[in-house]
Amino acid sequence: MDGTTHGPDDARMAAGPGEAVGRAVTRLEDPPLVRGRGLFAADVNFPRQIHMRVVRAELAHGLLRSVDATAARALPGVVAVWTSADVAEIPSIPFRATKVQGLEPYCQPVLARDRVRYVGEPIAAVFAEDAYLAEDAADLVAVDIEPLPAVLDAAAPPAEFAPGLHTEPTIVRKGFGDVDAAFAMAHAVIELDLSVGRHSGVPLETRGAIARYDAARDLLELHGAAKKQHWNRDEIARLLGRPPSSVHLFEGHVGGGFGVRGELYPEDLLACAAALRLDRPVKWIEDRRENFLATNHSRQQRHRIRAAVDAEGRLLAIDDVFFHDQGAYVRTHGARVVDLAAGMLPGPYRLPAYRVAGHFRLTNKTPAATYRAPGRYETTFVRERLMDAIATRLAIDPIELRRRNLVATAEMPYPRPLDVLGSDVVLDSGDYAKLLDQALDRFGWKALRESIAARRASGECVGAGLAFFVEKSGLGPSDGVRITVDHTGTVELVSGAASVGQGVDTVLAQICAEALGVGYSGIRVVRGRTDRIEFGNGAHASRVTVMSGSATWQAAQAVRAMALETAAPLLQLSPEVLTIRDGIVQRKDGATEPSMTLAEIARQMGPNSPAMRGRTPGLTAEKWFWSDHMTYPYGVHCALVCIDRGTGAVKVERYLVANDIGRAINPMLVEGQIAGGFAQGLGGALYEEFRYDETGQPLSTTFADYLIPTATEMPALDVLIAEDAPSPLNPLGIKGAGEGGTNAVGAAIAAAVDDALGQPGAVTTLPILPGTVMRLLDRAAP
Amino acid sequence: MTHELHDITLVVNGRSHPIRVEARRTLADAIREECGLTGTHLGCEHGVCGACTVLLDDQPVRACLMFAVQADGRAIRTVEGLAHGDTLSPLQKAFIEQHALQCGYCTPGFLMLGTAILEQNPDIGDEELIEILSSNLCRCTGYANILRAVRAAAAAMREEGVA
Repeated sequence: MDGTTHGPDDARMAAGPGEAVGRAVTRLEDPPLVRGRGLFAADVNFPRQIHMRVVRAELAHGLLRSVDATAARALPGVVAVWTSADVAEIPSIPFRATKVQGLEPYCQPVLARDRVRYVGEPIAAVFAEDAYLAEDAADLVAVDIEPLPAVLDAAAPPAEFAPGLHTEPTIVRKGFGDVDAAFAMAHAVIELDLSVGRHSGVPLETRGAIARYDAARDLLELHGAAKKQHWNRDEIARLLGRPPSSVHLFEGHVGGGFGVRGELYPEDLLACAAALRLDRPVKWIEDRRENFLATNHSRQQRHRIRAAVDAEGRLLAIDDVFFHDQGAYVRTHGARVVDLAAGMLPGPYRLPAYRVAGHFRLTNKTPAATYRAPGRYETTFVRERLMDAIATRLAIDPIELRRRNLVATAEMPYPRPLDVLGSDVVLDSGDYAKLLDQALDRFGWKALRESIAARRASGECVGAGLAFFVEKSGLGPSDGVRITVDHTGTVELVSGAASVGQGVDTVLAQICAEALGVGYSGIRVVRGRTDRIEFGNGAHASRVTVMSGSATWQAAQAVRAMALETAAPLLQLSPEVLTIRDGIVQRKDGATEPSMTLAEIARQMGPNSPAMRGRTPGLTAEKWFWSDHMTYPYGVHCALVCIDRGTGAVKVERYLVANDIGRAINPMLVEGQIAGGFAQGLGGALYEEFRYDETGQPLSTTFADYLIPTATEMPALDVLIAEDAPSPLNPLGIKGAGEGGTNAVGAAIAAAVDDALGQPGAVTTLPILPGTVMRLLDRAAP
Repeated sequence: MTHELHDITLVVNGRSHPIRVEARRTLADAIREECGLTGTHLGCEHGVCGACTVLLDDQPVRACLMFAVQADGRAIRTVEGLAHGDTLSPLQKAFIEQHALQCGYCTPGFLMLGTAILEQNPDIGDEELIEILSSNLCRCTGYANILRAVRAAAAAMREEGVA
């Protein structure tokens, strides 16, 4: 594949915008999407397809006594009804991330076997000629469950999961330094008990799986895939006993991912198994209630945290014990969110000693996994609450307190004796103090304090708060990109990445355009397909721009070098005097002749070209970018809130996200990521929560109960994109931009609400609901 | 469990689709499956998210909350009818230019809602605009760019004398 080794893998792009990179160009993705010509999961149809409907548990915990499908099977148009006996040979859904021994018995079976463990757990699958009919038949499946007490509090002592297994599969422990000595010598010890509610990504498109078996080619296809096609392909193949090359996954348009979409779920395997066994294409589209009950939840944690500080407020040690509410089963992420929470909690601060114990606990709720800024939204709230509490205790300005503790630029790269996601935490670059100054300046902090004082004097309940965060991005180890120029000069970029709607095609095309010397808008980007590239690590963990973007840069450099090498002798010039502009190889000095188009060069390099004899033909290169360490973007959130004393409603009036991401490939898309991420953080801070009654019945099963922000709730949002600390770990200096908008919202709004109430430390729980605020207002009333 | 079938005609974007459906079939499903126009998306099927918004006799409605039989013979407009050939509507153009979409799933609903706003009240004030746009949900953008796009389209239409 690699026709040349000419492409200098380590060629770094100079700072500042280029021809295509750093430009706020419009997206390649948009034209079909604004015309209603997208291809989302529900838009995929195959001739002779049947429809799947899943029968789900209606009790949170119980022994599954019987499932009677007689009446359902008798309904005309019903093709089959499966219970656990029909899928007994399919193993439970495995986990790929953060593998901890002992988690396996806690993985979810495709259909419940002898117990049900959450409302919404799949018990049976109905296959029928029509989706409406499948629902009719599902209603006829009679399920007998003997109720057991539901475990709903992850901080309560562990209970029984199954005979011989209790509900705490593992405790994630990390730490460094002498914590006990630090506490013994501390000037002050600050202790907090803080909780984050149960939220999730809740994409607007629900999940879908459309499976079909092509007997002529012995191929199983799954459409509606997202995020992790290659891993999912390999696992589906393994679990169904097929070679991986006989299974292909196809990602169309994806209506939002946010961590939850594109994991391997029971329904994916059911659809695939049914397509094989029933010899009909099988279509499953999740409804919204199922999405609330069956798609991964996230976030819910309770932290009991202590800090030891010296008299100047410098951190000496942090000791944190937390309880992570995993819900009913271990899913594909294993213990990842606990690992991330434990590893990322220290954030931007110098910390001599640290001890953390993350209790990974199962409850009778929908299973949980990652949601945008997993483990960081939670621990930024916890850590920044802690910093505010230290400031209050020592009567130090909270901003000054943070300044004293921030890791300094001179200390970068800053290794922490910690690992997260199996890689050592090394804060790769940053000027934290500078960004803090820039953010305060941009938000007009000083003037704001004065206007807050004036508004309070006139009776308003207003306040401001801020929070600092460190994100992580660019999870390795590898991703590959193959770039090919065809004989018409059209550039195709095939990537192992995926897209969940964030603009991956455009960003990769911009990078390719910059390196190769072509226009970005004509580049055809292929991703999310296992039949076009052998490997891929997909779209998650803010990794695509870093990993696949870097691979794109290298592959395009290699193609460029091949083109120049091929053109030079034909143009009777040395490659060093040549460049590529708008797809034409020409002299660097601006002379228009001689020249040669990439199309002409591609034809010269075709399989029938005598010049290629003995070589691999094609103007094409595949490059793999490898990375041992993540890159760490960082930022500051500032919030101004106003509280309605009559209702307890918190209105965010103004908000700033300042985020250093090294280099913005497309500033418009980066702002879009930050604004959208902020909206999700706002939901978690003030509105969104999966609530349960005391028996484990979910109470948030519609959009009328689970409140995601609308246009009305959005404040005036300002976004400051900084590029002061490019990452040394990749050729473009990129850090991921997908999660910084979400990360610190809960923390900053909590600080602002405290400030408005005039009660430091009042907010201990997210979301901050009106009832809580009313109680706090009453507490303060004379 | 047998369900009587009804012969109706859905007139979508000026074209008649004679179809046969059960009374319980939603308008959204009929537009998507029977008429083959999958640009109208379903986000919740309980009338909150607005992804399925279409125009019925020029009024925005939730196609998930109506039965197809209720729309028999009435004028339905969907996202597929906004462009004229290769020429996008001012609002479609503005959505691209203002980066008012990311995943694009809620976009058809917002485009239809926005189209109704621009047709009925092109000089709408900010407060009312936010209130009306709050009837649909977007999980990606944070809404500000959607507001900008509607305003930009209104301005473009004024300039072109369309409004």
